[in-house]
Amino acid sequence: MVRLSSPQELGKYRDEILSKRNPDQSLITVCGGTGCHASGCHAVVDAFKKVLHEKASGNGIGLRVTGCHGFCERGPLVVIQPKKVFYQKVKPEDVPTIFQETVLNGKILEGLLYDHPVTGEKIISEEEVPFYQKQRRIIFGNNGNIDPTQIEDYLAVGGYQALAKALFSMKPEEIIREVKKANLRGRGGGGFPAGLKWEQCRNAPGNIKYVICNADEGDPGAYMDRSLLEGNPHSVLEGMIIGAFAIGSHEGYVYVRNEYPLAVENLGIAIRQAEEVGLLGKNILGSGFDFEVRVSRGGGAFVCGESTALMASIEGNVGEPRAKHIHTVISGLWDKPTNLNNVETWANVPVIINEGADWYGRIGTEGSKGTKIFSLVGKVNNTGLVEVPMGITLREIVYDIGGGIPDGKGFKAVQTGGPSGGCIPESMIDLPVDFDRLTEVGSMMGSGGMIVMDETTCMVDVAKYFMNFLKDESCGKCTSCREGTKRMHEILTEISEGRGKPEHIDLLEELGWVTMEASLCALGGTAPNPALSTIKYFRKEYEEHILNRRCPAKVCRALLHYRILSELCTACGRCAKVCPEKAITGIQKTKKEKGKPFEIDPVKCIQCGMCLETCKFDAVEVE
Amino acid sequence: MTHSEIDAIIDRYKGKESSILAILQDIQAKEKYLPKETLEHVGGRLRIPINKIYRIATFYRAFSLMPRGQHEVCVCMGTACHVRGAQRVLDQIKLGLGIRPGETTKDRNFTLETVNCLGVCAAGPVVAIDGQYFGKMSSAKVDGTLKKFSSDKKKKEGANGKA
Amino acid sequence: MVSFKIDGQSVEGKEGANILEVALDAGIEIPHLCYNESVKPYGACRLCLVEVVKSGRSRMTTSCTYPVTEGIEVLTRTEKTLRARRMIIELILAMCPGDKLIQDMAREMGVHEVRFKKEDKDCILCGLCGRVCDEVVGAHAIQFAFRGDRKEMVPPFGEEAMNCIACGACVIVCPVDVIRMKEEGDERTILRWKRTLKMKQCKVCGNYFAPWFQLEKFKEQVKLSKDFFDVCYTCRT
Repeated sequence: MVRLSSPQELGKYRDEILSKRNPDQSLITVCGGTGCHASGCHAVVDAFKKVLHEKASGNGIGLRVTGCHGFCERGPLVVIQPKKVFYQKVKPEDVPTIFQETVLNGKILEGLLYDHPVTGEKIISEEEVPFYQKQRRIIFGNNGNIDPTQIEDYLAVGGYQALAKALFSMKPEEIIREVKKANLRGRGGGGFPAGLKWEQCRNAPGNIKYVICNADEGDPGAYMDRSLLEGNPHSVLEGMIIGAFAIGSHEGYVYVRNEYPLAVENLGIAIRQAEEVGLLGKNILGSGFDFEVRVSRGGGAFVCGESTALMASIEGNVGEPRAKHIHTVISGLWDKPTNLNNVETWANVPVIINEGADWYGRIGTEGSKGTKIFSLVGKVNNTGLVEVPMGITLREIVYDIGGGIPDGKGFKAVQTGGPSGGCIPESMIDLPVDFDRLTEVGSMMGSGGMIVMDETTCMVDVAKYFMNFLKDESCGKCTSCREGTKRMHEILTEISEGRGKPEHIDLLEELGWVTMEASLCALGGTAPNPALSTIKYFRKEYEEHILNRRCPAKVCRALLHYRILSELCTACGRCAKVCPEKAITGIQKTKKEKGKPFEIDPVKCIQCGMCLETCKFDAVEVE
Repeated sequence: MTHSEIDAIIDRYKGKESSILAILQDIQAKEKYLPKETLEHVGGRLRIPINKIYRIATFYRAFSLMPRGQHEVCVCMGTACHVRGAQRVLDQIKLGLGIRPGETTKDRNFTLETVNCLGVCAAGPVVAIDGQYFGKMSSAKVDGTLKKFSSDKKKKEGANGKA
Repeated sequence: MVSFKIDGQSVEGKEGANILEVALDAGIEIPHLCYNESVKPYGACRLCLVEVVKSGRSRMTTSCTYPVTEGIEVLTRTEKTLRARRMIIELILAMCPGDKLIQDMAREMGVHEVRFKKEDKDCILCGLCGRVCDEVVGAHAIQFAFRGDRKEMVPPFGEEAMNCIACGACVIVCPVDVIRMKEEGDERTILRWKRTLKMKQCKVCGNYFAPWFQLEKFKEQVKLSKDFFDVCYTCRT
């Protein structure tokens, strides 16, 4: 690979790459994100490779496995350039036809197109798919255009231009001013102004300073950082190098979750390639600036997403947070000034440098500029990763982008901010999504998890679920967090199993207060949020569980009664066969005899739901 | 694992004390668990007292001090999977294998784990077995999926397919 | 010296000191369990919470980890701190209902009932034993293991503490007195760590004075004549 030692050489190299690429030529792109992996994109890619190899007409037609496109619900995704023909739910068997008809002959295969949920109209190009229309993909958009393991792809879309500009046309103080002007706030959950953090770190005494990328995305249901790191690792690296230059740091770490092997791999490849080309390491682009990045793997501990715990982990210790009376920008990793930012925050930096703070500031609201990537998951039709301008309403995200609730069920709540956040009910669905508005209503932006819940979700169960997670993940140091989360979980379990007492709600609120106020770090400090916000907005549901021993959403097993409706039962006997407790009896029908309707013994029944799932006649009722 | 194999891993990180996590992860990846003698050897080489090593090995969920089964069944308990019924899937697997999360079956065939989010939310509920993802799981599909791994020969499938 | 106020009283502390130690020196009582002046503050029990007013803003924080700062106002018995301390002692009591010190502290703070299912643990997870063993004695025999509600203080692998020199420092420092030491004949046992060591006799008085293992460890670390360790402390002085 060529080694670049000036911005001019970078420009020339980019032009060379572009000159070898014909934008009018057919290019098959297949989404290689983890979501599509799970839907089987490997087989689709192999099928394309085979057909391109076998057919002579396959010559000169490119195949690119790209980063995540975001529309995970419809994977495997195949986009045929240059017309951006968007095929969804592609199977390996479809590949030869796609090649023959679309790639060679330009014909559209209607069966693979996305149909508009309301009009039924078939949508051909990616840009017109409603899922993407209200999005503003300034960070995530490039994922679909590049193969993350090929640095040339990133260069071809303008990558590292911001770095060249920062190193050669701007002074560190100017860069910090620009980031401050853009009001870039931390995308990991804290929402702290990044520019201010950089400035404090730059001004801290000492020659050795560190920058860290927090990729310990631990919120269950959130996978934006994963897709950014897997799909466009260079965008994150570029941001880090610019930040390091502005701060005066020469060593950086990316702390990645243990559970993201593909992210670790692609990041490693990106670092190696950037070093080979001269965009990372010693004397970057001939500027005289040195910067090295190391990848540090997490060990499977949610608490390591907290900055002091993360630093303790890099130092080779357990991830126990420490008091932050002296901020980490003054004394952090190995007691040196350290600037830590989230993956998405770093990825915003090249955009701000390239386009300028004024351009950036036109997107979003007064207090929250720019965009945010959310993982829109749960009971929503279009599950996936969405990037929207701050200020868009929850309604627009859930309905216009998300396509609403499946199976005609009613919207109940949306949970934002992961285990640190809260549930927002239907009455607030027109809330504009921005850091401060979400916090005002008892939730928070968090890292971007957005879990949609419908009438079949039990809010007591949701609170119990999060409390279980937090009690497992608590490092255990603070009495208030360790015992607080444990006891809150205990009480929520009692309520969900029909042993709730009227004083339990007050006790939950009291425990919640102490856990929040007395704990050292944000894990304990925000742990009660899911419980407290569900009590605030769904108190009646708690009261139903406690006073009437009923779970209106039919989720809490101990409060459910399964029975077979004799008028619908055909006596096929399938339910009895799958019942693990042999609690279902009846007389199976035969060719000659009608049999007798089956019945569930409520004493033996463990409410596992197997019979409900197995019955083909909707004869099992749950109440 | 022989001492020289362990030393090779330690040398890859230049014997730095702060690399203890990375070293343990590489050992865990090879051995599928962290044997006591290995931890003692690592502690000796890195000059880290064994009480600290044991603390680290038990703090992080990535590490296992007990030998694992042939096949690792990992049930995603992320929020998105949870609202789609992951608990029922887990309960069915617990019934089928007769073990709880963190445990290994008596015949050492399966180890059951839960993970807080695999990052494959669109396909939830998700179960990963030996790294292969099975999306849109339900209690009804559990038996059939587990049967694929019941025999001793490890299946090497090309595609990460749906169950 | 750094000047500040605690409950309206003017106090002074050395640079680098924490609020709790200055308070205790000045005779101001702030309840605490995991603080001991011989080891670094840990901030685990959360009982020593105080409100610190700095530049007009008030924050509730543990006094053992907060460095003394010029001009701050520390309030030790506000409604908030008392409410928090009461719940914390109730939580510890629910965990270790049999510990006499915890029962006494709870009574003093006005906590008369435990609203949670009582467990039967005895260790309050203050960490003092392990911290003293690491920081003061240097034997590194015990440490915390696991995390969250599974957290416990144990020897490595939950077996006999092979690095323990049976010095008894952990026995002395434990605030709830749950680490017991027993001496029988020529053996000393630290029961909690399953550690039994044979004791050496003093050449002069004939008493068993220290475990052989302990003396061997000392010999490795200090340059003293071999027969220094043949005589007990009392007879040496």
